[in-house]
Amino acid sequence: MSEPAPSGSASYYGRPVIKAPVWGRAIPTYLFTGGLAAGAALLAAGADLTGRPVLRRTGRVTAAGAVGASICLLVSDLGRPDRFHHLLRVAKPTSPLSVGTWVITAFGTASGVAAAGEFASRLPRRGPLGTLGTLLPPAGRVAGLAAAGLAPALATYTGVLLADTAVPSWHEAYPHLPRLFGGSALASAAGVALIAAPLAEAEPARRLALAGMALELAGTRTLERRLDLLSEPYRNGRAGRLLRAGRVLGAAGMAGAVLGRRSRIVAALSGVALLAASVATRFAIYEAGVASATDPKYTVTPQRERRDQRGPSSPHLG
Amino acid sequence: MDGTTSLSGPLDPAPDAGYPDPPPRMGFFTDTSVCIGCKACEVACKEWNEVPATGLDLLGTSFDNTGALTANSWRHVAFVEQRRPDFRWLMMSDVCKHCTHAACLDVCPTGALFRTEFGTVVIQEDICNGCGYCIPACPYGVVDQREGDGRAWKCTLCYDRVGVGKTPACAQACPTESIQFGPLDELRERAERRIERLHSDGVPEARLYGHDPGDGVGGDGAFFLLLDEPEVYGLPPDPVVTTRDLPRMWRRAGLAALTVVAAVAAAFAGCSSPGRRS
Ligand code: SF4
Ligand code: SF4
Repeated sequence: MSEPAPSGSASYYGRPVIKAPVWGRAIPTYLFTGGLAAGAALLAAGADLTGRPVLRRTGRVTAAGAVGASICLLVSDLGRPDRFHHLLRVAKPTSPLSVGTWVITAFGTASGVAAAGEFASRLPRRGPLGTLGTLLPPAGRVAGLAAAGLAPALATYTGVLLADTAVPSWHEAYPHLPRLFGGSALASAAGVALIAAPLAEAEPARRLALAGMALELAGTRTLERRLDLLSEPYRNGRAGRLLRAGRVLGAAGMAGAVLGRRSRIVAALSGVALLAASVATRFAIYEAGVASATDPKYTVTPQRERRDQRGPSSPHLG
Repeated sequence: MDGTTSLSGPLDPAPDAGYPDPPPRMGFFTDTSVCIGCKACEVACKEWNEVPATGLDLLGTSFDNTGALTANSWRHVAFVEQRRPDFRWLMMSDVCKHCTHAACLDVCPTGALFRTEFGTVVIQEDICNGCGYCIPACPYGVVDQREGDGRAWKCTLCYDRVGVGKTPACAQACPTESIQFGPLDELRERAERRIERLHSDGVPEARLYGHDPGDGVGGDGAFFLLLDEPEVYGLPPDPVVTTRDLPRMWRRAGLAALTVVAAVAAAFAGCSSPGRRS
């Protein structure tokens, strides 16, 4: 039958030491939609405060839609979706998923009200709906600012969500993931704004596209190069290809953002590239983590090195 | 962090979890040097805990057709065949370690996972919603999602039996006392004596695994006597509870959030107002 495993071999029949995450595509997709929602809420608040109505409306509607999608994705990925409300039983700072649940619940409520504010003018003028119509715009304004206040947390906590696991290439990346995800969130929201907003209002989105994508690309570079053995999963296989695709798309999106000052079409193409780059990067990071969990060498080798540096654990082994 | 917060470092988990006057911490000492690979523990566990069958698996890896700890196997007997120096078999009944600092418990967002008064770690099946977070959090690859059920499952250290003063089913069934159950303090003393005995009997490769409260998980409630390196049995050589680094992770997220705010402020500041653009 099988070859006997030699003594001191690094694994038990090549089996994984830890369990890879059982989440499906819903979670990397959520990493993208959650970031998009956060970035869009920030853009909307900035647009509101600087008098850019189309940009504001785009941001609020995008934020509400993307956070709605995020909640659906998160619930659908549960093993028991009918028990989603058990997430609201407790608030636990040691669980990034618990923290995220509360952030996204509050953010979802606020950005829903903010988006509703955009449609107040469509309500009838009289009666109770008329009262609602006069109350909604100011309420939407307050809610939009509240959503923007929560957005930086929503954009970055997902880095902690992945890192707070035994998955080697995620855990060791903990200093880098939140900023990378924050940048990706801004770049993707700027992408939607470049598609939807008129040139006259789009200048802040162009700048945000550059800043966000710069953070994202600097982050992926770090993951590919600075984690020693644990960088390998970010360079190899499907994850490596996705990460490189994200870089090409991101660079194209940045170029388009600069060149698209006078052309709606170039601006919109740049927006599409920025969104695609963010999606590719999220999936790449997710898949690299799964790869690092599946091959036992990524768990065993760094731990052995750490232990050997401390000196022999068992004195009797010399 | 200095490693002495309640997220890491040595401590007694039941009082730390809020039990004012708990019974002694209970655990397993699995002495693999006397394991004969009979799998009575696997079977007894399945029967007592009504763990579903997995069907007929033939993995082609020695006599091990279970493969790993899973949602449907809460004890797993590993078989390692070695030709060094002479042919030998290593057999080891693996189980949830009931860590002093249990990552699964730290990250569970529903409170389904909890610390019992005996210091063990148990999932409440009526609370778990199958979010799956505990699964990649465990540094030993223990917890797993059950297909068709959606929830996470693992060893309960027979919480129901221990609660009425009984021995867990696996330890009860083990014919060689390879699996020993008892107060953790006693088990640790017994294990030290056993190691000394084996070393003086000419088995220098014998070593304890998971016994040290100073290790990366604060010591295991279920620890082992091994005859080779941990990774040979599929165990991580130097596991660390992931939440030890969590305060640092939140700090990095806080800095990243400030960066995000700064980027947005900079993008809007100094932009000419839209009305004045052509
Ligand atoms: S071994 Fe894994 S499942 Fe068991 S208590 Fe420790 S972290 Fe939890
Ligand atoms: S799968 Fe169940 S036990 Fe595991 S973290 Fe989620 S709710 Fe808790």
